[in-house]
Amino acid sequence: MWGLPDNAAAHGAEIDFVMLLFHILMLILFIGWGIFFLVALVRFKKTSHPKADYHGIRSHFSSAVEIAVAIIEIILLAAFSIPFWAKQVNAFPNRKDALEVRVIAEQFAWNIHYPGPDGIFGKTDIQLIDKQSNPLGIDQSDPHAKDDFVTINQLHLPIGRPVIIYLSSKDVMHCFSLPIMRVKQDIIPGMSIPVWFVPTKIGNSEIGCAQLCGLGHYRMKGFLTIHTQEEYDKWLAEQSSQSESSGEDSFWN
Amino acid sequence: MSSEHSQGHDEHHQLSWWRTYVFATDHKMIGLQYGITALFFLLFGFCLMMLMRWQLAYPGQPLPVIGKWLGSANMPDGVMLPEFYNQLGAMHGTIMVFMGIVPLAVGAFGNYIVPLQIGAADMAFPRINMVSYWAFFVGGVVMLTSFFIPGGAASSGWTSYTPLADIATTGQTFWIIGMVCLITSSLLGAVNFITTIIQLRTKGMTFMRLPFFVWAQFVTAFLLLLAFPPLEAAAILQLMDRIAHTSFFLPSGLVVSGQPLEISGGGSVLLWQHLFWFLAHPEVYVLILPAMGVIAEILANNTRRPLSGYKSLVYSVLFIGFMSFIVWAHHMYLTGMGTTISAFFQATTMIISIPSVIILTVFFLSLWGGSIRFTIPMLFALAFLPMFGIGGLTGLPLGLNITDIPLHDTYYVIAHFHYIVAPGTIFALFAGIYFWFPKITGRRMNDVLGHIHFWPSLICMNLIFMPMFIQGLAGVSRRLYDGGAEYAHAQGTLHLNVLISWSAWILAIFQLPFIFNLIWSLFKGPKSNDNPWESTTLEWATPTPPPHGNFVKIPEVFRGPYEYSLPGAKTDFAPQCQQIVT
Repeated sequence: MWGLPDNAAAHGAEIDFVMLLFHILMLILFIGWGIFFLVALVRFKKTSHPKADYHGIRSHFSSAVEIAVAIIEIILLAAFSIPFWAKQVNAFPNRKDALEVRVIAEQFAWNIHYPGPDGIFGKTDIQLIDKQSNPLGIDQSDPHAKDDFVTINQLHLPIGRPVIIYLSSKDVMHCFSLPIMRVKQDIIPGMSIPVWFVPTKIGNSEIGCAQLCGLGHYRMKGFLTIHTQEEYDKWLAEQSSQSESSGEDSFWN
Repeated sequence: MSSEHSQGHDEHHQLSWWRTYVFATDHKMIGLQYGITALFFLLFGFCLMMLMRWQLAYPGQPLPVIGKWLGSANMPDGVMLPEFYNQLGAMHGTIMVFMGIVPLAVGAFGNYIVPLQIGAADMAFPRINMVSYWAFFVGGVVMLTSFFIPGGAASSGWTSYTPLADIATTGQTFWIIGMVCLITSSLLGAVNFITTIIQLRTKGMTFMRLPFFVWAQFVTAFLLLLAFPPLEAAAILQLMDRIAHTSFFLPSGLVVSGQPLEISGGGSVLLWQHLFWFLAHPEVYVLILPAMGVIAEILANNTRRPLSGYKSLVYSVLFIGFMSFIVWAHHMYLTGMGTTISAFFQATTMIISIPSVIILTVFFLSLWGGSIRFTIPMLFALAFLPMFGIGGLTGLPLGLNITDIPLHDTYYVIAHFHYIVAPGTIFALFAGIYFWFPKITGRRMNDVLGHIHFWPSLICMNLIFMPMFIQGLAGVSRRLYDGGAEYAHAQGTLHLNVLISWSAWILAIFQLPFIFNLIWSLFKGPKSNDNPWESTTLEWATPTPPPHGNFVKIPEVFRGPYEYSLPGAKTDFAPQCQQIVT
């Protein structure tokens, strides 16, 4: 729709709708002002109106326009923006119903930490970080870590199920951007910030970094794949078995 | 009293060359120093952007001829490195905002025009004024020098977000030191403007008779005075993080390139953003309010009628001044903000849009019933109105967090604020230069060259920034070295980069008539009388160019600033200092 990326998230239509409302409002105001402007320039140019009026227009129409703009802004704010933030950004679905994934950003890659079949993330410790074999410093002595697996730049999710993604960074600020999911969230070092959404379309798209993070910022790209539930289960089984059979060395996907 | 004293005293005594032109204390010379330096920086910042536009239009292709001059550390074989691109981006923003527009709008126009418009002989603190300019100059030199040090200039964006800026190359340290100088300059200037406007208004110049330009400068000075100190403090904290290994902005547990960072940790990344935007949002109004002041002067003069709502303008600008301090976190909606806080900042953001709408409405209504002269300053001032309109309107979807999610950090943001600052503020400043040039030099600028400057500039500005809205809606992020070529969702709008870049380069070509006009008219322009535009405000009541001490006789003010086409008057303008209108 009018140049926006495809929408593949349950909440995306609402954002796009408000976007449309805003642009209609802007267009009406701009055209209204524009017509007034051009008429004034033609009608009151020096040659057609040699003597200026000390008193201009005496009309309350402009005040009415200003009040109308204020009212529309209040409506957009109170009816759309604040409720949307409250239900989509501030509130989260029940963790039992949702799939949970951690995304740990670093210069210039997305580490995606899946908790595995047990649904519990293993402990991590920065002292255990090894750039090649253990980029997240997962502590293999933790029983919950056994079935965890990590992919690089590959985020796979099933369709139709809420997913909560916990975002954190190893080094500098990044920004997790999924254009087709209408999701964008700054990643702040020292904080873990969750976002959630419900994918509604199967297919492949991209993860972008939207916050300048250094030289490789422009190529800090990941891939998002939305599967059917069956395909996703199959993919998950493959990943988990790889993780268990080959131990610590299989973190590279 | 001090003004009478200095006038009687200084007229008879010749200052040395150094005191007249270099370490000058005369507000007009300082204004000119600011103006010339700022115009140079504007051109320089524009050149940085034109280099970036090559890389965006033709990613990875060698830049013919110029590319090789820029050194193998920046552009080996003429191909731009990401390091250099990031430097250009950070420095373009920094230079344009802090070394171009603010010094031109406040340092140059404010210094030159404010004392004249209020009927003062000089600024309240001439020596502080001199220090202010030289602090700015030193800051500018430090910024420029940083391009030549190993690792190059700052490359973490003009926002210098931590931790990236904390771990960046030495250029960032230069950036901080440069900023401390520039901030010091602005603070000294702000104190001076506030004191001057409160204390040195001539007899009869009540607050409600001040030209709107002076009001705009007055509010701007308060913004600078109150908003800049937090950034100065923050800059020094960041300097400590970098050189003394403190952790004001560094949390524990950072791992850079697989190595744990040797820091104590415990700092806050968001603290920097709050301190930065606490300045940088009011700063947006520092960029726009003086421009609105210039527009008000030129509109009234060229419509030959009073502004339709002087009081509305004054109250709106005061209200904007207050509100601008409580909207800063709308730059930070995506930092993990909760509903309550974001509701507050959205509400304040919507509220501050109302006085801006009122100001624009007053400007539009002022045209009605006028007798409009399409002079060169007026053309730029008229173009400002719809351009600022586009910039302001497109701020609305960015101001609500629901629509900010897809638009945040995309080209939509770039287009939005450039519409306000480039064909907005910069056009207003061009208008001001064409308008006040005859007063400053005693000569008029050439109208034909003015038209050749204006029309292509207007067209190019729109061809540059309008396509960026399309790119932004498509979700293309800003600050990407290849302009988004890496991403599938950007592919549909990448071809626009070629159009944008060529428009930018053509825009540069059409600035040449302006530069030529400026220099040529200085020496060869037709002589101007004291009041060539038949204007009402006090700066036109001085000899031309205004001498040291400004006024032959300290003027007294009898009426408001825009008494054009006063019923019963013989001429269509009634100067503020003329007691009886005949």
